[in-house]
Amino acid sequence: MLRKKECVAMLLAGGQGSRLYALTSNIAKPAVSFGSKYRIIDFPLSNCINSGIDTVGVLTQYQPLVLNEYVGNGQPWDLDRTFGGVHILSPYEAKQDTSWYKGTANAIYQNIRFMKMYDPEYILILSGDHIYKMDYDKMLNAHKNANAACTIACMQVPIKEASRFGILNTNPDGTIYEFEEKPKAPKSDLASMGIYIFTASKLYKYLEDDDKNPESEKDFGKNVLPAMLNAGEKMYSYRFEGYWKDVGTISSLWEANMDLLGTVPNFELNDRDRVIHSRSPLAPPAFVEGEVVNSIVATGGEIEGKVVNSVVGTNCVIEKGAEVSDCVLMGNITVKAGSKLNYAIIDEDVTIGENAVIGEPIDTAGKLEGKTSGITVLGRGISVKKNGKVPAGEIVDKNV
Amino acid sequence: MASTVGVIFSSINDESVPELTRARSMASIPYGGRYRLVDFALSNMVNSGITTVGMLTKNNYQSLMDHLGSGKNWDLARKEGGLILLPPYSDESEILYKNRLEALKGATAFLKKAKEDFVVLTDSDSIYRLDYSKVIEYHISKNADITMVYHEHELVKSHYYMTLNTAKDGRITGLEINPAASGIKKNYINVMVARRTYLLRLVQDAIQHGYTSFGRDILSPGVKSLNMYAYKLEGYYASITSINAYFNANMDLLNKNIRNEIFGDRDVYTKVNDSAPAKFLSEAKVRNSLISDGCVIEGEVENCILFRGVKIGKGAVVKNCILMTDNIIGDGCNLAYVGSDKNSVIRDGRVLAGCEIQPYFINKGSLI
Repeated sequence: MLRKKECVAMLLAGGQGSRLYALTSNIAKPAVSFGSKYRIIDFPLSNCINSGIDTVGVLTQYQPLVLNEYVGNGQPWDLDRTFGGVHILSPYEAKQDTSWYKGTANAIYQNIRFMKMYDPEYILILSGDHIYKMDYDKMLNAHKNANAACTIACMQVPIKEASRFGILNTNPDGTIYEFEEKPKAPKSDLASMGIYIFTASKLYKYLEDDDKNPESEKDFGKNVLPAMLNAGEKMYSYRFEGYWKDVGTISSLWEANMDLLGTVPNFELNDRDRVIHSRSPLAPPAFVEGEVVNSIVATGGEIEGKVVNSVVGTNCVIEKGAEVSDCVLMGNITVKAGSKLNYAIIDEDVTIGENAVIGEPIDTAGKLEGKTSGITVLGRGISVKKNGKVPAGEIVDKNV
Repeated sequence: MASTVGVIFSSINDESVPELTRARSMASIPYGGRYRLVDFALSNMVNSGITTVGMLTKNNYQSLMDHLGSGKNWDLARKEGGLILLPPYSDESEILYKNRLEALKGATAFLKKAKEDFVVLTDSDSIYRLDYSKVIEYHISKNADITMVYHEHELVKSHYYMTLNTAKDGRITGLEINPAASGIKKNYINVMVARRTYLLRLVQDAIQHGYTSFGRDILSPGVKSLNMYAYKLEGYYASITSINAYFNANMDLLNKNIRNEIFGDRDVYTKVNDSAPAKFLSEAKVRNSLISDGCVIEGEVENCILFRGVKIGKGAVVKNCILMTDNIIGDGCNLAYVGSDKNSVIRDGRVLAGCEIQPYFINKGSLI
């Protein structure tokens, strides 16, 4: 039998995620913890395997250590395959034409040989910083039925937020006649989700053309997609309905975590038809003694304090008398007795000393003026000393 | 450490807990929210540097196979060695082995093929942490033929048990099978170390003589004729000798010290299942309980072990219970001292109660 894959996914995981500040000081954004036991990259990887795509290239560049270690051989996602499977694609050196990835399009361009190895008909381009469940197979069928060169997944957003996104202006049949990257006066409320399916031959051609263009910023949204449109290629929009969130900012990351809570959450993790796979840690079930209300808690926890409206990651210790409200605790965090944590994101491996006060309650902190909306952030591996205090909205990456 | 191969008896003592072994072997009895009993023997082996393990099975081992898979969760999916299932071996006459010696006969091909110097034999009905390499070191230092591991505790009478008497230097001076005595004894925990070739000789010899019992025909007379030493297991030990013992061993995990002793190093391996994190809703009230991934809690839970995917309905009150994977407890139920096997559904408003000395046990997949 011919060794080929119908569709190969390329996952852009190299971005620095600078708007997550301390949370991405030394790890790539897709490796950031999410939803108590996951990392962001679990979502696109699980979507791939749940959609029948078993060949995924993960393009890394910025601080790849944790991400590489996490993805490993891909076994947790059933992506350890003899032909196909998950492959980490780092920038490499060659006699000519290689360098650090210079943009999303250039990153894919530098890995054309990887894609061609599988002789695919279609290439799926994904981002490593979105939380959603999606059946890419449905989108692929839409792409095939439309006989398009490129299909862009999109969703409706409130028109007043539309200028933050790449906006698609479409005809009634779904074809795209115009693509505007972050327009000041958007003509439509259809936002690109950064998920593209290309007919492989078209992708190769336009990436090669783009590489030869010295004016290009080597970006899909700014260069490659407009070039295809100008050349008259058939560009098609695929409407996605359901939960999708870009977790590129502190506040959107916090909100997406909160979207997991409640009887009928905005985003359901407990879905046996579309399981989100992850590299599960080795830990016993959580021991719960304190008051835990409207929260999710991962394995290995020792929860003796009070936890309200919060997401608590693996192996967190919350001692008696500690109170955690409206917080995201990523994993391996110790909150000592008497501490009060409010409206905060605490990265992995943080220790908070006795009677420390972190942040302010959401109803006061939420109203603070500032660049990060009043959410307090403690970066990976830091310690807060006994009676220490971190004011609302601060982003801390050193011991306090 | 000295090169060592492991052999685990997965089905010995199944009759101690018929409630739990109806459709599975002792080794695959669920324990502690996310584990199976075999995880302790296997993890102890792997953490002692043993990378070749033979698993002796008997009947109804489908659930065990499902749990073990290729062995990759214990890092035992290897090209060389790894986890090897040893299904019941039968020659012309026998159908299934009836005792430990016959079971071991089924492992002779495996043991002959192995290249390791030493062998550790264990059962899979107990919960303890032990570095077997320390036992091997001890065995070598004593120049022993056989080293038996014991734990000191109040004698528990099950259908088959052994107690040891030892001299100051650890030499075994007496061995009793099913003694009528009571009180604190040196209880053999069915963990034994020997040189691989020596064990093979013993088994071969026993078969030729038509022996049937490893304890009565080999170990017991061996006290006089062989160089037998005893190694003391310190710390926590629990053995599933009855359904009550099963209950107590689970509830022991609510004790922080025991929990730390068993799981503190986070090196008890088990099959991984991608359940979502446990969810506590706004009316949840949880005290002194272990809550696994995939649980959704709307009611009140106290002194319980909840396995993966258990749902506790609104207004339900569940106390001193062990609820295995995917149990669904309806709204307004009231449960006390109930042990419920996997996939059971308790309809809204039911009241079920056992008591401390006699927990009420619900079979797998029941609808009540």
